[in-house]
Amino acid sequence: MTSARSRLADRRRTRLMVLRVLVLALLATLVGRLWYLQVRTGQTFRDAAAANDVRTVVTPAVRGDILDDLGRPLVDNRSALSLSVDRGTLLAGRDHGAATLARLAAMLGTTPQAISDELRTCAPKVPKPCWNGSPLQPIPIARNVSVQQALSVAEQHELFPGVIAGPDTIRRFPAPYSLNAAHILGYLSPATEKELSSAAAKGEVMQRSDLVGRAGLEETYDSYLRGKPGVTQVAVDIVGHAQSTVADTPPVNGDHLVTSIDARIQAVAERELGNAVARARSQTSPTNGKPYAADSAAVVVLDARTGRVVAMASTPTYDPNVWTGGISQGDYAALTDQAAGTPLLSRAYQGQFAPGSTFKAVTTSAMLENGFGTGTYDCSPSFSYGGQSFTNFEGEAFGPISLKRAIEVSCDTVFYRVAFEMWQRDGGIKPVPHPAEPIATMAHAYGLGAKTGIDLPGEAPGDIQDRAEKQSTWNKMHGIWCKRAKDGYPEVAGSDPARAAYLQSIAKENCIDGNLYKPGDAVISAIGQGGDLVTPLQLARVYAAIANGGTLMQPQIGRAVVTPDGKLVKDLPPIVSRRLPVSGSTLAFLADALHGTATEGTAAPAFAGWPQNIIPTYAKTGTAEVYGKQTTSCFVAYAGTGTGPRYVVAMMVSQGGTGVGTSGPSVAKILQALFGVDMGKPDPNGTLPTALPAIRPDGLLPALPPAITLPTPPPPPAPAGSAGSGTQTASGSAPKPTT
Amino acid sequence: MTLNPAVNKGPAALPVAETRRRASRLRRFDWILPGAAFALSVYGALLVWSATRGRTSLTGGDPQFFLKRHLLNLLIGLALMAGTSMLSYAWLRACAPVFYVLAFLALLAVLTPLGTTINGAHSWIVLGGGFSIQPAEYAKVAVVLGLAVVLTLKPVTGVLSDHLAVAVPPRRIAAAVLAAGIPTGIIMLLPDLGSAMVILVSTAGLLVFAGTSGKWLALLAAGAAAAAVAATQLHLLARHQVNRFAAFADPHLDPQGVGYNTAQARLAIGSGGVLGKGLFNGTQTNGRYVPEQQTDFVFTVAGEELGFVGGVALIALFAVLLLRGISIARQCDDLFGMLVCAGVVSWFAFETFENIGMTLGIMPVAGIPLPFVSYGGSSMFASFIAVGLIENVRLRSTRPAVTLD
Repeated sequence: MTSARSRLADRRRTRLMVLRVLVLALLATLVGRLWYLQVRTGQTFRDAAAANDVRTVVTPAVRGDILDDLGRPLVDNRSALSLSVDRGTLLAGRDHGAATLARLAAMLGTTPQAISDELRTCAPKVPKPCWNGSPLQPIPIARNVSVQQALSVAEQHELFPGVIAGPDTIRRFPAPYSLNAAHILGYLSPATEKELSSAAAKGEVMQRSDLVGRAGLEETYDSYLRGKPGVTQVAVDIVGHAQSTVADTPPVNGDHLVTSIDARIQAVAERELGNAVARARSQTSPTNGKPYAADSAAVVVLDARTGRVVAMASTPTYDPNVWTGGISQGDYAALTDQAAGTPLLSRAYQGQFAPGSTFKAVTTSAMLENGFGTGTYDCSPSFSYGGQSFTNFEGEAFGPISLKRAIEVSCDTVFYRVAFEMWQRDGGIKPVPHPAEPIATMAHAYGLGAKTGIDLPGEAPGDIQDRAEKQSTWNKMHGIWCKRAKDGYPEVAGSDPARAAYLQSIAKENCIDGNLYKPGDAVISAIGQGGDLVTPLQLARVYAAIANGGTLMQPQIGRAVVTPDGKLVKDLPPIVSRRLPVSGSTLAFLADALHGTATEGTAAPAFAGWPQNIIPTYAKTGTAEVYGKQTTSCFVAYAGTGTGPRYVVAMMVSQGGTGVGTSGPSVAKILQALFGVDMGKPDPNGTLPTALPAIRPDGLLPALPPAITLPTPPPPPAPAGSAGSGTQTASGSAPKPTT
Repeated sequence: MTLNPAVNKGPAALPVAETRRRASRLRRFDWILPGAAFALSVYGALLVWSATRGRTSLTGGDPQFFLKRHLLNLLIGLALMAGTSMLSYAWLRACAPVFYVLAFLALLAVLTPLGTTINGAHSWIVLGGGFSIQPAEYAKVAVVLGLAVVLTLKPVTGVLSDHLAVAVPPRRIAAAVLAAGIPTGIIMLLPDLGSAMVILVSTAGLLVFAGTSGKWLALLAAGAAAAAVAATQLHLLARHQVNRFAAFADPHLDPQGVGYNTAQARLAIGSGGVLGKGLFNGTQTNGRYVPEQQTDFVFTVAGEELGFVGGVALIALFAVLLLRGISIARQCDDLFGMLVCAGVVSWFAFETFENIGMTLGIMPVAGIPLPFVSYGGSSMFASFIAVGLIENVRLRSTRPAVTLD
């Protein structure tokens, strides 16, 4: 009995010992597991928990203004009313907001489906549009609604549960002096998928509803203007109600961009460009006997010393307000309609025109740097080679004249002969291994045939033809040309058989030897025709380099970036592209010849009555012939003393008639405004400010007199001044036929 | 049943010693065991408070509602513990069948329309005025006490036996299995799988520590395993109960259901780190991401807000409680007392491991509260009665730490 009892007691005691070990083992297991979860892999859970319960609410930053050289806003923001939808409240309704959406759609003139599409959360399988922001944030569905619409939402809250009418900032174009400047300023549009993902990759906050600069200065300086949106991180509970603020970063408003654009000169330039177009259309083209179409035109005003753009206008243009609050399909179609002249395109830096005789400054530079003198040249009525004849404009002839006079009267045959000689030196049709090609080389040195690097997106490079380019074009194109040579142009033949025949003959010629740089190519390149194309901006830059003593500047519109409270963020100093490979004597000769042109040459009619003794002017005209079209009117001029500022104005009007007849008076008017000549107070120092506008620390812009209408000149005490430039017609007052 | 208190006093229970023992009873009172239980309850009060401050749908606007209720439960529990520890063995044994029958009737009542369903388990009897009882909790006490009585009855005469009995005869094993099986069966019908598991584990503990031979234990284990397999194969278990078993290891199996609970629990605990986010600062807790956080998942509050340090502190308090219980069992010189202690320790140990284990994702999810810590009156009262039982055994134990035969 005792041993059995003892065995039993031992068994119990042993089992209690086992229980103790078991309990300790189990509790140790818990501690081990706890250590694994909290210490070993805790960071993973902390990240996952943050994703679980922290929501990000974004407060948009106010976009910076774009200011002119005096601090007048060209673009700023205004308050507008917008409608947004709090999805949680909307969906909480009995019918999941269907009735509300229907009412909203009826009011906004859209469909309930379109609104609900904008409200759905973006996900890989969800098609656009969709909302990629926080579900906690009201989703904007209509910007810039009318006061009436906003009020009906706000006052009939029971009809529109979850719909919020609130203030929003939208882009405004204050348009001092009613200027347009649409192509310079650019516009905004909602962020694209690509921008969203690249912003996300950089750790920036960007939402689908965010607007991004899409063209013009808005695009180039977008990163400065945009600012940084504020981010509030809110801890939310399981049903999405905010519990507490975890982190709060206030928005940093965008910086202002101060530009070198002067609102007054810009307005004058736009007005004068319009006048030039009107002038052209009032004249009849001798080419086809119809009024000039003047389908497009542009003017560029540069500060020659700095390359800064003072004004830049293009026509046709458009109202930049069409972009505000989202552009409609119809409006966009109108902006890109070719029949309407593609108003979206800025002719000033995206339009390419034959420079005509304005190119002769480049040809002259090439001559003087390549062994040709300034002596006597034969201005014969025509220049012939191998059965081809190249005539002067309207067949005029001056006989033996100096090179200066050849420029002043724009005698083409002088330059034909020089270009032919240069072509022969290079080996003619069978070129030497490394042909000098002095004219094309000089054109490239003047920055032609390449983008200027202006701080605007989408610039056109222009084109300068040389031997290498002809060959490479032929390599790419001769298959097409040869097919055309065989098949002709049946699609053109129906409406215009003559044109079709001409095109086919060109195609035949190109098919056979389109790779060869023929004497004809060389000869007409000397007067800026044939294949050579320049933008008005490039043309202005060429003459700016001549005006400033041989430094090619990179054109620039942005002058400085300043914070909303006036602190300088980034100065944008002038950028030198290069020194021209042109000697001082060549430049002096050019200046002399251009001054001669403005005073006693082809450009003189435009400057009748100009105070040349106070502010000398320099100019060159151009009237480029384009096959199948009316002539392109080109006029480029600069004015200013050696010590004061010098401003270059270049104007080109497609199918616009002669350079001096159409563009000349307008260019002169712009120069008058730049130097105060129009107000009867000619000032060699010009009328533009030199210092940056001072923005007060409280964010107030400089107080300036209202810029509503352009200043008008005082009553003329004397008839001098405007007679020669303002009321000129067709070709009557030009003393000599010009090119 | 006639009960003679004198029979229970064993060889050392001489009349002379009796007075001395009564005098020294308070000196023998073990403070560590109720101290640990009290500390756990106060710790639990803080966690429950933190978990329920923001749950206005539960608190009715009073952030301290659950804190107050928990502390009130604690006070009642302490009173119940004191009362239980004062009863003599005779009263205890006499009360056992009464308590057992009451618990049995209450369980039956739950099955009638008197019962209320919460979280898929038809386990509550709502008394009104915000009070309700969960009979399954009291059934745990009833089964531990009842089995201790059954296992110490003399097999032939039917009178009370003591630890001198040689072995645990099959008839007594059968009686014990029956006594545990009836309430377990009812609890399974509710269904409240968690409480049923606690009772089965306590029953197993009582049988093991009563000295049942390995052969019989193996037989019983095999039978239980066969029953478990049959239950799953014959679809006797409710769907969500099977899901809970399947999803504990891999929350992705059932991310919206049980897996959600475990994933959120693990997220809350894991994000706590070494020192935690600070009491009341747990984002997962304040965000009410973890379901049932004041009751079954209360440990997640400690894990998130007090971190590894707080979690280990809680586990350490349980270690003190359980080891103290075992050591009182070992010091006990009568089988009844030892079995009561061992049964209660088995119960607490299983609940602790299962409850914390399920929040940590190493045990299946089952509706089992964390003793003293989880909010809940019935669980609190039953647990303090259980502590009172161990204290009672301690007070009546005469032997020093080691029993010599």
